[in-house]
Amino acid sequence: MATFTLLVLVCVAYVVLLFGVAFAADRAARRGRGAWLRSPLVYTLSLSIYCTAWTFYGAVGFAARSGLEYVTIYLGPTLVMIGWWWTLRKMVRVGRSQRITSVADMISSRYGKSNTLAVCVTILAVIGATPYIALQLQSVTLSFAAFTPAGPSLQARSEQSIAIYVALGLTLFTILFGTRNLDANERHHGVVIAIALEAVVKLFALLAVGVFVVWGLEGGIAQTLARIDASPIAEFTVTPSRWTALTLLSATAFLCLPRMFQVMVVENEDESHLRTAAWAFPLYLMLISLFVVPIAAVGLDLMPAGTNPDLFVLKLPLLAGQDGLAILSFLGGFSSATSMVIVAAIALSTMVSNHIVMPIWLRATGGAAMMSGDVRHVALLARRLSIGAVVFLGYLYFRMSGGGTALAAIGLIAFAGVAQFLPALMGGLVWRGATRLGALAGLSVGFAFWLYCLLLPSFGAGVILPVRVMEAGLFGQSWLRPYAMFWTGGMDPLVHAVMWSMLLNCAAFCAVSLFTFPRPVERLQGAQFVNVFDHSQRPGSWTGGLGQSEDLLIMSQRILGAAEAQELFARAARRQGLSGYLPEPSPEFLEFLERRLSGSVGAATAHAMVSQIVGRATVSVEDLLAVADETAQIMEYSNRLEAKSTEQARTARQLRVVNEKLTQLSVQKDGFLSQVSHELRTPMTSIRAFSEILLGGDLTPEQLQKYASIIHAESLRLTRLLDDLLDLSVLESGQVVLNVQSGTLAQVLDRAISGAVGGAAGSLNIRRDAASEAVLLQTDIDRLAQVFINLIANARKYCDAAHPVLDIRAERDSTTLTVDFVDNGTGIPIEDEALIFEKFSRLGETRAPGAGLGLAICREIMHRLGGSVAYLPGQGGAAFRVTLPLAPLEPGGGNDLVTKGGLRSVR
Amino acid sequence: MGSQVLLIEDEPNIIEAITFILSRDGWQVRSHSGGHDAMEVVRARRPDLIILDVMLPGRSGFDLLADIRGDADLAQTPVLMLTARGQRKDREMAERSGASMFMTKPFSNAEMLEAVRSLAARK
Repeated sequence: MATFTLLVLVCVAYVVLLFGVAFAADRAARRGRGAWLRSPLVYTLSLSIYCTAWTFYGAVGFAARSGLEYVTIYLGPTLVMIGWWWTLRKMVRVGRSQRITSVADMISSRYGKSNTLAVCVTILAVIGATPYIALQLQSVTLSFAAFTPAGPSLQARSEQSIAIYVALGLTLFTILFGTRNLDANERHHGVVIAIALEAVVKLFALLAVGVFVVWGLEGGIAQTLARIDASPIAEFTVTPSRWTALTLLSATAFLCLPRMFQVMVVENEDESHLRTAAWAFPLYLMLISLFVVPIAAVGLDLMPAGTNPDLFVLKLPLLAGQDGLAILSFLGGFSSATSMVIVAAIALSTMVSNHIVMPIWLRATGGAAMMSGDVRHVALLARRLSIGAVVFLGYLYFRMSGGGTALAAIGLIAFAGVAQFLPALMGGLVWRGATRLGALAGLSVGFAFWLYCLLLPSFGAGVILPVRVMEAGLFGQSWLRPYAMFWTGGMDPLVHAVMWSMLLNCAAFCAVSLFTFPRPVERLQGAQFVNVFDHSQRPGSWTGGLGQSEDLLIMSQRILGAAEAQELFARAARRQGLSGYLPEPSPEFLEFLERRLSGSVGAATAHAMVSQIVGRATVSVEDLLAVADETAQIMEYSNRLEAKSTEQARTARQLRVVNEKLTQLSVQKDGFLSQVSHELRTPMTSIRAFSEILLGGDLTPEQLQKYASIIHAESLRLTRLLDDLLDLSVLESGQVVLNVQSGTLAQVLDRAISGAVGGAAGSLNIRRDAASEAVLLQTDIDRLAQVFINLIANARKYCDAAHPVLDIRAERDSTTLTVDFVDNGTGIPIEDEALIFEKFSRLGETRAPGAGLGLAICREIMHRLGGSVAYLPGQGGAAFRVTLPLAPLEPGGGNDLVTKGGLRSVR
Repeated sequence: MGSQVLLIEDEPNIIEAITFILSRDGWQVRSHSGGHDAMEVVRARRPDLIILDVMLPGRSGFDLLADIRGDADLAQTPVLMLTARGQRKDREMAERSGASMFMTKPFSNAEMLEAVRSLAARK
C-alpha cells in the first residue's frame, strides 16, 4: 500500500511539474512563441475547471446516493454550450470589447460602472465560493485519509495539517502565476496551460479507473450493466422538480461562477475558440461522466457498508491492490481540486482588489498616488493578499463545517448562490431597459433568500439559525420557515430555495428596472452590451438604423442638453420625412450632427464620438465616456463660475448699499456741522457787530440801550443753542438718567405753559379741557414738560393767524395717553412734514420754519419715555400729537439702549 | 455819496447792524428779508451794490445770484456774499456763481465797510 510519505512526494512532484509547465508557457508567451498555447483545444480544456474535485469524487458519491441525478450537473453546461452558444459569444464579445476583468466587473460595467453593484457581486461571490473552496480542501484531505489506515487521532491531526499545507501551496502557486501581470485583462498563459494539463490528468485518471472497474473488476460491459441493474442505483426514481432545478442550477452556475467567467471570457484568446468548445467541451463532460455509474454500482457492491461513496474512485483500486492506479486516481482528484482553487482565487482576488481594496485605498490617499508608480505595487499587493484571504476563508469554512457534509451538497449550495447573478447578467445582455437599481434589487433579494433558505440552515439547526427559527419560522411566523417559505412545505430544501430565490430575484430585477430610469451612462453601456454585435460588425458603414440614432441621441443629450438634442433630432427626422423623433443616421445627418457637436466639444472629439457610435471605432468607450464626463464637468464648472459671479454681484450690491448709507451719514454729519456753524455764527455776527459799534462810541443813550440788549439777547440765544446741542447729544447717545415722578397731566401742562410764554400768554389763546387732563402720570415730569414747552413755544412763534389759538386736547384709553397741540395757523407745508423732526431741518441753502433742535430733542425725549411725538397733517393748522404709555416708567430709564446696553450714565 | 445798497438778509439784528454801519458812512441802505420775492425787489430798486446772505428763507442766495448775473441790466452790479457756514465749498460756489466778494460771518465792521467801499469804487 502506498505510504503517506509517497503520496506527499507524488503531490510535490506533480506541483513542481505544474510549476514547470506554467513557467515555460509564460516564457513562451512573453517571447511571442507558442502558438499552440492559444489553440481552441487548450481553451476547451481550461473550461474543464468546471469539473472540480466535487465532480471527480462527488459525482460517484452522488450517483451512489441519488442515482442518475448526477447527470444534471453535466447536462446544464452541455445545454449551455450547445444551445446558448450565441449568448456565450455575446458575453465573450462584450468582455473583450469592454475589457472586462471579472463577473463583478461585467455586471457593474453594464449598469453604468456602478461600484456599489461591483462590491455586492464581489461579496456575494466570495461568500458563494468559500464553501466551494472548502470542498476542494476537504476532498484532498479525504483522499489522503483514504490512503492512511492510521488511528483516528493521528488521522484527524494529519488531516488538518494536510489541509493547511494544501492551502498554503495553492496560495503560493496562485500568487506566483496569477499576479505576474497587473493587467487582469491580460491572459494568464501559464495558469491556463497548467489547468489544461490538469484537465487531461483528471480525465485520464477517471477513465483509467473506469476502464479498470469495467474490464478489470467486472470483466466486460455486459457484466457491468447487469451489476448496475442489480444495484440500488437502478431503483432510484427521478424526481422531475429536482431534475429541472438541478439542470437549471448547473447551467446557471456554468455561466455565473467567477472562475468559469475567468476562463471562458477573461482568458479567451479568440472568439472562434467557442466554436470548438461548443462540441469539444460537452464531449469532455460526457467522457468524464461515462464511468460514474459503473464505478458507483461496483463500489456499492464491493465496498463494505458505511464506506464514503465519495471515495469509491480511490478505494476500488486500493481494494484491488492497484496502488499505481490509486495514485493516478488520487492525482486526478488533486488536479481537480487545485485547478479550481487556483482559478477561483485569481478571479475572486481580482474582484476583491479591483472593486473593494483599490477604491478604498484610492479614496484614503485622495488619489494622490495615481501620479506615482505606487498604484501598481499596491494593486499587486492587494491582489496577493486577496488570494491569501480567499483561500484562508475556504480553509476556515472547512474547519468550521467539520468536513462532514457530502461533497455534492456543498457544491450545490455554492451553485445556488452564484446563480443569483444570472438575472442581472443575462438581463443586462439582452434587455436595454434593465437598470442598476433593478440589478441591485434582484441580487439583494436573491441572496437574502439563498442565505436564509439554504446557506445558513446548511450548517445544521442550532449552529447559526436557532432550532426555534428552523421549526417555527422567523419571529414565530410559520410562513418564514427556512425550508417552507410562504407555506410551501414538503419540498426538497434545494429546490425550494432555488425556486424562491430565483423567482423573487427575477421579479425584483424586472419590477425595479421597469420602475426606475437608467442614468445616461447606464443607457449608453446598456446599448453597448445589448447591441454589441451591431456595433462591431459594421466597419466603415455609416448606415446603422435607428438603434444607432438612439445612441447618438443619448450621446448628444449629454453634450447639448436633453431638450436641445431632442429638438435637433426631431427636426432632422422631419426633414427626412420620418414620423418618429429619430432620424436615419444618413451621412448628411451625421455630418450635420458632428458639426453641431463640435461647437461644444471640439471637432476632433465630435468626430470620434460619432464614429464610435456608428461603428468606425477607433476610440474606446472609456475614452468616449471620459470626454462626455469632461464636458459635463466643464458645464458644471461654468455653472459654478456663474453662480460665483452672481454671488459677487450680490455682495457688490450690498457693499454699494452700505457705502451709500455711509456716504449719506457722512453727508448728514457734514450738513449737521455746517448747520451748527451757521447757528453759532449768526448770533455771533450780531454780537460782534454791535460790540464794535458800542466800542466806537458816539451813540445816543437809546441806541446804547437798544444795542446792548441785542447783544444780551443774542448771547442768550447762543447759550440756549449750546444747551440744546448738549441735551440732544446726551439724549441721542442714550446716556440719560430719567427722573421718574408722579403728577397729573394738568400740572405738567401748567408748568409747560408758564415756561413757554412766561407770565402772560400774550396774543396766543390757549384752550384746554380740564376734565381730560386729570390723568396721573408716572414718568419724567421735567422731560415731558420740556416737550410741551417746545410745542407751545413753536405755536407761539410760528402761528401766523390773526388771532392765534392753540387747542390742547388730551385723550386716553386703557394703555396710552395722547395729547394733541393744534393751532389755527397755516401749518407746515406737506413737503416739510417729514423734515421737521430732523436736527436743523434746513436742507440745502433754504430754511424751513421751525428750524432748530427743538423738535429733534422732543422726539428723542418721547422715545426715551417710551412714547412718541408726531405731526398730524390735515388739522387746519400745525398739529402735533404726543403719545405716552400710561404704565409707570421704570425709574432710571425707560429706553432700550440704556437697559440693554448697560450704558447707565453716572451723574 | 448817496449810493444805494440793497441788503438781502433774514436776521433782523444783522440787518440792523449793517444798516447802522453803512448809513453812518453815507450809504443809503435798503433791506429785504425774504428769498422768494428778492429778485423783484432787486429789479425794482436797481441798487448800486447788493449784500446777499447765502441762507435765506425760501430760496438760496446762490440761486438769486445766478438770476442777478443772468439779468443783462444787473449783470454788472457788484454783489457781496455773506455766509455763516464758513465752508470752503461755499466760497468756491460763490465765486463760480459770480459773486464779486465773499465774506464769512461774523465779520468786523471795518472789514464790511472797506469791502463795500472797494466794490463801489470798482464799478
